[in-house]
Amino acid sequence: MKRARFWGTRGSLPVALTAAGVRAKLVNVLRASNGRTFVDDRQAAEYLDDLDFAVAGTYGGHSSCVEIETGEPHYVLCDLGSGVRPFGEAALARHGASAPQTYHIFMSHMHWDHIMGLPFFGPAYIPGNRLYIYGGHPGLEGALRRQQSPPSFPVDFSAFRSTIEFVTLEPGRRHDIAGMGVTLIHQYHGGESFGYRFERGGCAIVYSTDSEHKLTDPDSSEAFIDFFRDADLVIFDAMYSLADSISVKADWGHSSNIVGVELCQRANARHLCLFHHEPASTDDTIERVLSDTRRYEEITRTGAPLHISAAYDGMEIDL
Amino acid sequence: MELSTRRFADVIVAEAAGRIDYTNADNFKSALWQAIEQNRGERGPVVIDFSRVDYISSVGLRVLMLAAKEMNGGQRKITIAAPSPVVQEIIAISRFHLILAVFASVREALEKLSPAALAAHDAAPAGGTT
Repeated sequence: MKRARFWGTRGSLPVALTAAGVRAKLVNVLRASNGRTFVDDRQAAEYLDDLDFAVAGTYGGHSSCVEIETGEPHYVLCDLGSGVRPFGEAALARHGASAPQTYHIFMSHMHWDHIMGLPFFGPAYIPGNRLYIYGGHPGLEGALRRQQSPPSFPVDFSAFRSTIEFVTLEPGRRHDIAGMGVTLIHQYHGGESFGYRFERGGCAIVYSTDSEHKLTDPDSSEAFIDFFRDADLVIFDAMYSLADSISVKADWGHSSNIVGVELCQRANARHLCLFHHEPASTDDTIERVLSDTRRYEEITRTGAPLHISAAYDGMEIDL
Repeated sequence: MELSTRRFADVIVAEAAGRIDYTNADNFKSALWQAIEQNRGERGPVVIDFSRVDYISSVGLRVLMLAAKEMNGGQRKITIAAPSPVVQEIIAISRFHLILAVFASVREALEKLSPAALAAHDAAPAGGTT
């Protein structure tokens, strides 16, 4: 396992930075420059690198899609949110249309934001490419075909010229797929979702999004702690604050940064990546949540430090 | 985790102590519910004195949320008082300050909730009656 690359990190609905948002960032960047001049692009880029991420960058707005580089020639993806469109463009730019590729795609569930990118995934239309789409839901194929039926979309699923195979995976046991050990866990979410643990060469990545953790169920907590055990990276649904997730947004199927830290600490995981950001959250809000989460980890640390990051579109985590 | 209570006029002050986490959150809930019962008949407020709480985890915070629901349902008030700086940070990070009022001291909480309780508190030589 070499790295995780994030193509879509937003929950529920894609969002875009508005003109007003870009302008506010530019105002802050120009004010921070304090009259400095830059002789070339490199100097200007170095200046931007020194600024806080949310000042000169953005967390982005594509819905869930994460690539896992395993070191093998095939591709491994988690979910088909809108982020799979730029992923597909990058794959086509790299290989062209005449070199067949294999894509292993693991689906958390079939909610709209996790499947909406497939009709825009260029490699699916190219003969010779192979797509293996895995999930815990037996109805996965039907959901993907339905979203490309009238009146929802003008291009039918049958327009795909790649070879597409659907594979239903049983949770709780290890599957050998694409050179990895893959295990699924049931998650509490409307219509149910599945988390994945990918293992290869002594490295483990957990992808656990759209998952509410019921604090009243210690058995469930223990099951997730086992699932996260010693993971190198846990990509975790931290959509809401703890207060919201157990009050006004209880049973909405999402979790919080606080619960992510607690589960990862008890599991001795190394890196918690906050994922599936609330669409209403601004860059400043996500930055504040990240800072708060790092502080919470520091306050509650009893063993080795847990590294904390907040996913953004384009982020890479080397493993 | 320990929880003891004192009464000041119509207000119950429940003093928690130690760590509140997944190992003892059920005990915390039982003890807090007993405290809430003490002045239910008069629809009295409850102040949870956090001055001796070292840490509270998500399951402990959930108990506070349930207590707030229970009290609000009975048109009663519940507040937190005197959290340590660390616990205050945890309350802010979890956004629980949006669910429960937090006061810097028990006296400040009583001042807000009940003039009679404040007078009883100020008159009590050793912190009221159990």
